[in-house]
Amino acid sequence: MANKEVMTVNMGPQHPSTHGVLRLVIELDGEIIQKITPHIGYLHRGVEKLSEHRTYHQTIPLTDRLDYLAPMSNNLGYVLAVEKLLGIEIPERAQTIRVIMAELTRLKSHLVWIACHALDIGAMTVFIYAFREREMIMSLYEKISGARMTSNYFRVGGLSSDVYDGFEKDVREILDTFPGHFDTYEGLLTKNTIWTNRTIGNGVISAEDAIDYGITGPALRGSGVDWDLRRDNPYSGYEKYKFTVPVGEKCDTFDRYKVRLIEMRESVKIVRQALDSLKPGPVLADDPQVCYPPKENVYNTIEGLIHHFKIASEGFPVPEGEVYQGVEAPKGELGYYIVSDGGTKPYRMRIRPPSFCNLGAIEKMAKGAMIADLVAVIGTLDIVLGEIDR
Amino acid sequence: MAENNRAVIKLKEKFAGSVLDVKEFRGEVTVTVTRESILEVCSFLKDSLRYNLCTDVTAVDYLGKQDTRFMAVYNLYSIPNKDRLRVKAPVPENDCTIDSVSGIWKSAIFLEREVYDLMGITFTNHPDLRRILMTDDWVGHPLRKDYPLQGPDREPYKGRLS
Repeated sequence: MANKEVMTVNMGPQHPSTHGVLRLVIELDGEIIQKITPHIGYLHRGVEKLSEHRTYHQTIPLTDRLDYLAPMSNNLGYVLAVEKLLGIEIPERAQTIRVIMAELTRLKSHLVWIACHALDIGAMTVFIYAFREREMIMSLYEKISGARMTSNYFRVGGLSSDVYDGFEKDVREILDTFPGHFDTYEGLLTKNTIWTNRTIGNGVISAEDAIDYGITGPALRGSGVDWDLRRDNPYSGYEKYKFTVPVGEKCDTFDRYKVRLIEMRESVKIVRQALDSLKPGPVLADDPQVCYPPKENVYNTIEGLIHHFKIASEGFPVPEGEVYQGVEAPKGELGYYIVSDGGTKPYRMRIRPPSFCNLGAIEKMAKGAMIADLVAVIGTLDIVLGEIDR
Repeated sequence: MAENNRAVIKLKEKFAGSVLDVKEFRGEVTVTVTRESILEVCSFLKDSLRYNLCTDVTAVDYLGKQDTRFMAVYNLYSIPNKDRLRVKAPVPENDCTIDSVSGIWKSAIFLEREVYDLMGITFTNHPDLRRILMTDDWVGHPLRKDYPLQGPDREPYKGRLS
């Protein structure tokens, strides 16, 4: 008589494909997954609680650290939410630079995704190539904000500073070389038998289930749902740019891979359009209550110094009310729900984390699959634990 | 403006006794309903008005600011209609429970676990209500306003005494 015993296996937190701090308790029947219980919370830093004790500007550096692969997307969601609360208008140049940086951030984040996803499945070359290309965007980050990862570049009302001389040349270099690199990745993976066998038909989740589980972003579009916040609820002037939203058909790991690759090509198009429309002008709103004064005033006049000091130490009052602002971050819908009681600190800030919701569907996606395929499913969700634990 | 919202008209028609408040701020509509009616309201919103994506479930602690201490907040989105709606329900401190909407949207399974963990609101009929970010034996709910910022047994630094 066959022995039908279920075996419980711990995967992670140190397993390379669980990206550091995710532990999955898997119940196995042979090699078939019966049940997965994700255990998270190894990083919990209480960003939401901390933000209740800091002024609105002081919270921006915290948002960098939510998704350390896409800091500027997080900044963007946060500053947009605060600007909505305040009801202030942002100069056009600041908006355009925000779009350029947000899309470059998407490229940067997707490059790490393709690198890690390919490495999880066993393709080493793509990993090294993608990190090499990411370095170009990292050095742009460094030149523009002084930091390679925790950029802290956007401000409530605009940007911390204008771009440097030669910014346009650097961005155009990225735009000109990247499509060729994407061709290389596709050449290495798309028709590779090992890749297709491991990804096609793996981790299937139907469109209805995906929406039900709150999956957003490329993972949702991979399931054939034609929905993108940049197009459907435009912010920062996204309505001005022409781009297509890719969708998948078979709802599997391979479709999500294709969707992200096409998205990277579309991002290049958006950045090119934004760069072409970039005009000189101010990068901070004309609102002395909220915005820091120009640096030359801070250094050279006592009034400017006091002005800067007051905003930095006391913050600015924000009208009473509550708003929710969602942005299309590389992993999905990143939302900030801020409740203001009229003071200089958020009364309650809630971050809607895309990876957290995507991870909630992992059992649905991997149940009944082989344990080896689980690795591909984790990779395809593009989870970032910093954001899951906040 | 909020009175003209499609969902608000329907909700007022159908759940006249349950709608406590309707507000619009910066173009966003918020409907406050009673705690007892949250399941009916949410299933109506999903089935009849196609709010198929439950973007977020969270809570706000109004300690000392409002009579009912907690407010459960549901941020909903309708992918077919590209339209947002926020539903809120007050939850009192002495009976800190509310019905779970995880039977309507599965995304609420994870999101409600987080609210339970960090705010201490119990969701009745939730299939798997356990702590999610803190350890199982953790005492207290960190996002409550009476929970100290630096953790239990540590007073915040107040500066020099002299």
